[in-house]
Amino acid sequence: MASTDIIIHDEKDNVGVVVIEKITPNQDCNCWIMENDKSIKIQSKNEIPLGHKIAMIDLNEGDTILKYGHDIGKVVKSIKKGEHVHVHNVKTKKW
Amino acid sequence: MEIPKSFLGYKRENGRAGTRNHVIILPVDDISNACAEAVANNIKGTIALPHSYGRLQFGADLELHFRTMIGTGKNPNVAAVIVIGIEPKWTKRIVDAIAKTGKPVEGFSIEGVGDINTIAKVSKKAQEFSMWASEKQREECPLSDLWISVKCGESDTTSGLASNPTVGNLMDKLEPYGVHLCFGETSELTGAENVCAKRGKTKEAQEKFMKTWNDYNDFILKEATDDLSESQPTAGNIAGGLTTIEEKAFGNFQKIGSCKFIDVLEPAEEPTKGKGLYFMDTSSAAAECVTLQAAGGFNIHLFPTGQGNIIGNPIEPVIKLTANPLTARTMSEHVDVDVSKILSREMNLDQAGDELIKATIRVANGRLTCAEALGHKEFVMTKLYRSA
Repeated sequence: MASTDIIIHDEKDNVGVVVIEKITPNQDCNCWIMENDKSIKIQSKNEIPLGHKIAMIDLNEGDTILKYGHDIGKVVKSIKKGEHVHVHNVKTKKW
Repeated sequence: MEIPKSFLGYKRENGRAGTRNHVIILPVDDISNACAEAVANNIKGTIALPHSYGRLQFGADLELHFRTMIGTGKNPNVAAVIVIGIEPKWTKRIVDAIAKTGKPVEGFSIEGVGDINTIAKVSKKAQEFSMWASEKQREECPLSDLWISVKCGESDTTSGLASNPTVGNLMDKLEPYGVHLCFGETSELTGAENVCAKRGKTKEAQEKFMKTWNDYNDFILKEATDDLSESQPTAGNIAGGLTTIEEKAFGNFQKIGSCKFIDVLEPAEEPTKGKGLYFMDTSSAAAECVTLQAAGGFNIHLFPTGQGNIIGNPIEPVIKLTANPLTARTMSEHVDVDVSKILSREMNLDQAGDELIKATIRVANGRLTCAEALGHKEFVMTKLYRSA
């Protein structure tokens, strides 16, 4: 089994979580989807630390971030596939 | 793994069982703390539970104060109780309610006596209770005598990925053995509230949950300023990769596995509908939540953390687990169970759940938790509003 760099909760999710100390720009990362036990690959664009999220697809302003197969917030600044997803480009829809 | 069918606990007069054998000195109010702490200092084998409130409270806030005081005294991890208040009336109300369990309890009031004479009088009684409790022996108790509460803190994305699902795995495995289970954190289910409501076993439980969540959310929106996004998620949560309250909520929700909740409890309310999972209306601040769950009668606590919350409780042992490898390394003295190998896929959830069950039984049998060894005794009352 190749080492896992990123874990994705649900097949529907458009973000994954970095599970190694960090990934570096242009790193070819192994992703594991927990829900269906599938493996996919993605190339990172930014350095992303442990526990932080990476965009699995291009995302536009107003798009919904899906994690656990559920809505966890909205995109407030467009995000390219492979970029770091966090408080600088995603906000809550609740508070 | 074969699930252990029993643990070694302290059988109490009312049929419950404790995982600990504390003699507590419980102040009714803030101004009785000094007296309670002096007694606990005099008499070995006792602990004082100082706190900040108990004066001029009224309405639902006062009722919650009483429920927390009484529930703490009734908890089966407590062998005997001394209650000290400035005035006799509220002191007596607490003593009488705790006495219904059949455990030794006695109340003292300071007014008209003063601290020094009260300390002398109380110390005599506390010595008697401490020496009496010291003879209690652990006996074999069925697994169903475990009342397990859960709450996570300083969460990060590793919590939702691994440590919270580990707790969920334990719940799924232990629920069939008739344990009581409890989760809370009303505010931290925001974003996952509809998904959570569907886990209510009955329509009544589902509706009660939504009403509880809506009331809490209305209160937050009423009081909120633009700093809420620094409190929920916290700076620690954000450093750990959590971006929104919704993301935190879905991670939090993993702690209940696939269990369904029977009922929604008021803060510090004791469950009365039998074995199974309960939701308790609590804040998401760790010490407040665990204090309320302990007052609800829960006798062992599971606390997953991502960035490294260090909380403990004076009467309910708090077992900490983390899936964050950095936290497991840099804060190892706080981590009872390390499940970080889930992230590297060297361990699966089933194995992690088994490890947590083993650790839970060892702690139920008497092994000190990290928080106990380090002296964490956070006893924090929940206050609903200003006093009169």
